[in-house]
Amino acid sequence: MFADTRGLKALLTWLFLWTAVYSAFSQTSSRLTPATVESQTERIARLEQAVTEAKSSADNSWMLVSSALVLLMTGPGLALFYGGLVRKKNVLATMMQSFALMAIVTILWALIGYSLSFGSGNSFIGAFDHIFLRGVGVQPDAAYSATIPQQTFMVYQLMFAIITPALITGAFAERMKFSAMVLFMIFWSIVVYDPMAHMVWGKEGLLNAALGGRFPTLDFAGGTVVHVTSGVSALVCALYLGKRVGYPREPMPPHSVVLSFIGACLLWVGWFGFNAGSALAASPLATSAFVATHFGAAAAALGWGSAEWIRNGKPSTLGTISGAVAGLVAITPAAGFVSPMSALAIGLIVGVVCYLMVAQVKSRFGYDDSLDAFGVHGVGGTIGAILTGVFASRAINPIFKDARGNAMGLGILDGNAGQLLNQFVGVVIGWILAAVGTLIILKVVDLAIGLRVTEGHEIQGLDLSQHGEEGYNFEVSA
Amino acid sequence: MTKIEAVIQTSKLEAVKTALHEIGAEGMTVLEARGHGRQKGHTEFYRGREYTVDLIPKIKLEMVLADDMVERAVEAIVNAARTGQIGDGKIFLSKIDEAIRIRNQERGVSAL
Repeated sequence: MFADTRGLKALLTWLFLWTAVYSAFSQTSSRLTPATVESQTERIARLEQAVTEAKSSADNSWMLVSSALVLLMTGPGLALFYGGLVRKKNVLATMMQSFALMAIVTILWALIGYSLSFGSGNSFIGAFDHIFLRGVGVQPDAAYSATIPQQTFMVYQLMFAIITPALITGAFAERMKFSAMVLFMIFWSIVVYDPMAHMVWGKEGLLNAALGGRFPTLDFAGGTVVHVTSGVSALVCALYLGKRVGYPREPMPPHSVVLSFIGACLLWVGWFGFNAGSALAASPLATSAFVATHFGAAAAALGWGSAEWIRNGKPSTLGTISGAVAGLVAITPAAGFVSPMSALAIGLIVGVVCYLMVAQVKSRFGYDDSLDAFGVHGVGGTIGAILTGVFASRAINPIFKDARGNAMGLGILDGNAGQLLNQFVGVVIGWILAAVGTLIILKVVDLAIGLRVTEGHEIQGLDLSQHGEEGYNFEVSA
Repeated sequence: MTKIEAVIQTSKLEAVKTALHEIGAEGMTVLEARGHGRQKGHTEFYRGREYTVDLIPKIKLEMVLADDMVERAVEAIVNAARTGQIGDGKIFLSKIDEAIRIRNQERGVSAL
């Protein structure tokens, strides 16, 4: 009986609704005068506008999330990853370097960095057209992405400009003065990062594959711009600054692999924003880059871990997470150009090679790249950029088109042997710019204020000597 | 009065505490220590670099007892801490001249 009443109520409600809708419609149509009748053209225009807005909203939401994810890579991701690897007297100083760069590079980017990287200029560097973010508003810049506000693009790219110098800090960890680090990074952002970003991604850039550069280098998310430049600069820093006091005689094991572990996991998650976000849209290409990123990381974790297992008898946690990071580095230029299976191949190769580089080659040469910024980012980035020229496929991303608009082959396996040369050009330019630029800046800063802390301060630890605090105050009485 | 200093495996602290409790030996000071005797340390690998850790975490247990308790306490510690492997630790005994309770300045065995 009760159920029947409910059924009746529902029926009545439906009837009422339909009547209301019908009458509303008939009233509207009866009240329309010819002047207010929307012409078909107007209607189509209105719908096109609505479609554009919907696509823009979708793309913009993904790009804002991606921007936040990339910032997450620096703090806390990289800060924890590096912070755990140093001795406990240097944990804060190491994390502080990453965090300080979040602030410093942001301000530089607003003043001049974005303009130098993404303004229109020549083949090598952008002009001053966007200085102080002039003209960077909600209107898209169609050369980069027609569907997201240029401000979104600007802030997304800013996150890359932050993490790149932060990666270098691993090479001079535990011995560089904070003041020298700040000065070095300001120069480095302007002299090395901005020109490289412009060459690979900027309008009229020499290496820009999307906008018809002279040597189109395939670099989806920054293998050359981010990892080659930071890795090579890291090597130059390690060589120029010299070893830490007591290295390699004294043991300097990581003070907390736990912190590094959390950091590595955050890096992995953040990297989805880094690589899939580089599609600059919530597009199928973003999915492809997302998948390749994940597969590359997984294969490299396995590669490094297995290599260690075979050589040392045990797969270490630190090795496995380092492998994942190396895989993420190597897949960065390739994501968005390669299939999931190619991503597995790239990851596996780079996992093993980076392990050999860090465990064997480094000790043979004896330089003190404290946290292996070169071994992971320099080597991984270089291998990734080269392998992109092997595995890139038009089936994933038809970026090269012939005169009639047909997709042309990308990598060697896609029938474009010549691409390898372009990849080499991109890598070599990255290496030279980073090495020369870094050397000059180091020299200048060294002459101006000195690079290293005093030996006493180094032994005391940078937390106390540079920042006047300690990371762990467990023994203070309650 | 005799002071017992026992260096034992960290994993044996609970067993030793229980054994001492059972014979009525009360009051102890426990320190986290590092050291090695004949037991050599172990090696750790971090990114291919090998580190030898030769100072191994240990527990050092200190207690001062009336002389008639000492042998029973030693026996209790040995039985509880022994695994038969190198690294089980050592017990040191030494004479104590005086003991003073801070609260009421009692002296001697009654201060223990």
